[in-house]
Amino acid sequence: MAQQVIGQQSIQLQTPVSILSGASIVGKKEGEGPLGDVFDMVGDDPMFGTNSWEEAESTLQKETAALAIAKAGLEKWQIRMIYAGDLLAQSVASSFGIADFQIPVYGLYGACSTMGEALSLGAMAVAGGYAEHVLSVTSSHFGSAEKEFRFPLSYGNQRPLSATWTVTGSGACVLGESGGNAQIVGLTTGKIVDYGLKDSQNMGACMAPAACDTIYQNFMDFNRMPEDYDRIVTGDLGEVGQRILWDLLMEKGYDIRKQHMDCGLEIYDGKTQDTHSGGSGCGCAASVFASYILPKVEKGEWKRVLFVPTGALLSKVSFNEGKSVPGIAHGVVLESIEKGAE
Amino acid sequence: MPDIQTQKKQKEYEEYVKQVTPTHSLPLNMARAFLIGGLICMLGQWIMNMCQAYGLGRQISASWTSGILILLSVLLTGLNIYPKLAKFAGAGSLVPITGFANSVAASAIEFQKEGQVMGIGCKIFTIAGPVILFGIFSSWILGIIYWLLNVWGVL
Repeated sequence: MAQQVIGQQSIQLQTPVSILSGASIVGKKEGEGPLGDVFDMVGDDPMFGTNSWEEAESTLQKETAALAIAKAGLEKWQIRMIYAGDLLAQSVASSFGIADFQIPVYGLYGACSTMGEALSLGAMAVAGGYAEHVLSVTSSHFGSAEKEFRFPLSYGNQRPLSATWTVTGSGACVLGESGGNAQIVGLTTGKIVDYGLKDSQNMGACMAPAACDTIYQNFMDFNRMPEDYDRIVTGDLGEVGQRILWDLLMEKGYDIRKQHMDCGLEIYDGKTQDTHSGGSGCGCAASVFASYILPKVEKGEWKRVLFVPTGALLSKVSFNEGKSVPGIAHGVVLESIEKGAE
Repeated sequence: MPDIQTQKKQKEYEEYVKQVTPTHSLPLNMARAFLIGGLICMLGQWIMNMCQAYGLGRQISASWTSGILILLSVLLTGLNIYPKLAKFAGAGSLVPITGFANSVAASAIEFQKEGQVMGIGCKIFTIAGPVILFGIFSSWILGIIYWLLNVWGVL
């Protein structure tokens, strides 16, 4: 079989993998944000009709996955496997969310970069001929994430200005061999990058070096310049992280300010929604990707996009034991199909 | 342990991050803490004065004051008002007894889903625990010092 690798860390798919559908469901606050109209559904009840934050997130993910399958015009049995992940310990939101589907599953953890991981592995499975249709889905929930990583919700404290707000939301995509108007043509798998920062309330600064590393490597491996992309979209760097990413890439001689966009900065209005540095969480990059970025590529408004969700790889234990917060970022190159046909 | 070169780089990055990261204004935060913290204390004093006006003794009045403040804080936590107050006031609402009550009540509410024993029982003091432990421990140390000074006839 022909090698599909390119450069040091990238894959160039010989046969691009189609994105058949994208679906997203978000919470009330996200629905009130600037992208409120583009999401498929906005849930007004933060508990999504359940009794706990964890169950709420599971329900959210399940509904989103079902929606994506329906939008692709498929039945559940036609999905060969699912790549799913979330932020909770042992990824329980995913496990309990999609258990009912009775579809083979690979559970993933890449912190907030999980959508990049799910799309990458899904694309590889389809490209390798291991599946006709794959579902990639991730979710996050403000309530469950606060409980997992920080304080009980009703505990009174002040969040630093560098902190991000975990998105209550889920995004799902169905990948397949053909069909759809957007396709995944290449991947750049990210390394764990650690600049030694220990401030878990400044995750943008912890993840920016990883985003820089993956974007730089993508340019190297594919021999591209920032101008070769219509957009370079990071996951949840927020204001602080965005600034650092620009500076770090500038040091390497690349100016991406014209192309760059951050899902965390798009999803909320920082001025009125009191979210501080921006949005974060698996559901941030996933929902913005499925409902905002993907449609733009499908319509051909953007011909080629580099989607780079970023994750901060920490746990409550690693943080308490004084470990640093390493980052990771996975790059997915999307193209609109018209361009491929040219 | 990372080598010296890496440590230096990490230090540089940390400095740089500090530069580009916005922070809350300290004087403004202090002013707010002073205002709200002061108001909570004033409320406490008012309750105390009322109790004494009704003829209760000093000790009993103080107990009633603490009790009422704790009750108010727990109620406001349950109604989700205390977090908003704390966001504004910072340490002003954290340091008084009401902040302590908030941390206990908030944990109880959050972990109630995990059961009466493993949830509420184990986790109710996740935030307040250190204060209780080290508060009691330091008063014990002070007690010993006080006792020693007495034995040696210094006091």
